[in-house]
Amino acid sequence: MTCEETHILLHALIDGELDAGHAREVEAHVANCPRCAAQLRDYRGMHAAMSAPGLRYQAPASLRARLERALPTTALPAPRASATSRRSLMQGFGMGSMVSAALAACLVLFVVHTEEDHRIVGDVVSAHLRSLQGDHLIDVQSTDQHTVKPWFNGRLDVAPPVIDLTPQGFTLIGGRLDYIDGRPVAAIVYKRRAHVINLFVSQTAGSASGAAMEKLQGFTVWSWAWSGLNFRAVSDINPEELREFGDKLETAVQSGAS
Amino acid sequence: MSDRTTDEDPARARRFRDAALPHLDAVYTLARYLLRDPSDAEDAVQECYLRALRHFDTLRGQEEVKPWLFAILRNVCRVEYGRRSRVLLYDVNAESDKAESTIPLWREAQDTPETEMLRKLDAETIRGLVAALPDVFREVIVLREVEDLSYREIATIVSAPVGTVMSRLARGRALLREAWLKAEHKDEPEGEYEERLK
Repeated sequence: MTCEETHILLHALIDGELDAGHAREVEAHVANCPRCAAQLRDYRGMHAAMSAPGLRYQAPASLRARLERALPTTALPAPRASATSRRSLMQGFGMGSMVSAALAACLVLFVVHTEEDHRIVGDVVSAHLRSLQGDHLIDVQSTDQHTVKPWFNGRLDVAPPVIDLTPQGFTLIGGRLDYIDGRPVAAIVYKRRAHVINLFVSQTAGSASGAAMEKLQGFTVWSWAWSGLNFRAVSDINPEELREFGDKLETAVQSGAS
Repeated sequence: MSDRTTDEDPARARRFRDAALPHLDAVYTLARYLLRDPSDAEDAVQECYLRALRHFDTLRGQEEVKPWLFAILRNVCRVEYGRRSRVLLYDVNAESDKAESTIPLWREAQDTPETEMLRKLDAETIRGLVAALPDVFREVIVLREVEDLSYREIATIVSAPVGTVMSRLARGRALLREAWLKAEHKDEPEGEYEERLK
């Protein structure tokens, strides 16, 4: 790969828009070219600096109020809580509408479980937020699953499956040890474009529950259990993408790719 | 807002509210960067939301609301504000040919020191550097770096092929890097940084 090609493609690499094959080619070129390496380093630095909240503006309260006024609301039912939505859900089913049924199927995923589940989801989101602050996202930095997986040996009482999903659009960037619910868990870190996905893997505690999606503070947590392990993926990517991540990982795990 | 749209279907208006209002800060942020003026940005955002409500039915189920709003906002900014004299022109189409051909892509590759690390700048300085970029590059930089959209989403919003988005982004980042390095050295005596580059 020439410098000129690299100059364009290194941006796609930073932005997580490059397929694995080209990514390797760019990385190989950069390893031997100080000039391109300096560019990559600088652009990465700029990219990181520009994700700071200080670069975003907040809409003035007056504007928000004006829009709220301009957009009429029907009198909203006083308690906006789940009772209402569940009732309308039932009506949807009653009407036998395909659309409502599909919508309902999505909504069901957001049903909140027990208080314990809720606390753990809170823990998961806190761990995710912690990992994004400072330099503690990864202890072992590697896109190679055969480097990340052995790193957990002796650090945990489980051997988490570590699978690079770059071909499926989720790049493995490393792993670290974290704590959920007071117990050490494996955190396997992936990237989707500029978004970080933390996948927490621990031993199943208590009764195994089905897959569930929950939202908290703007983050989505997608949890499922398999073969005595609990998987909890958390990210700010949209719920469909996170679910896609879960599905692809599950497929890979079950086919024994690790 | 026309009475026709507001009165006829309150349920629709409420659906729109729930879908579109959560993106208000993001839309306002884009407007601030595109127009570089707080009160113009406010007006543009309001116009964008009213237009979006009128065309809410054109939004397909799977389409993301945020990029859709951005596309409408960009149109509002270009059409309504592109010809105003008190704001700097925001007219990408008129500017793009000129800017893309006259600003060399790899200029900085030759004249910035490769041994020197880019230093962190405060958010206000970075905002200033972004604001100084030509429109055609500023919009893709903001959509990518600040609003965190994918190349495909950006391509749809600016109605250009993904390849064009990539090359604009590369040029935009090259210009920004150059400005960034200059900003780091702004406290040094005049000409000293330039001297060192020779």
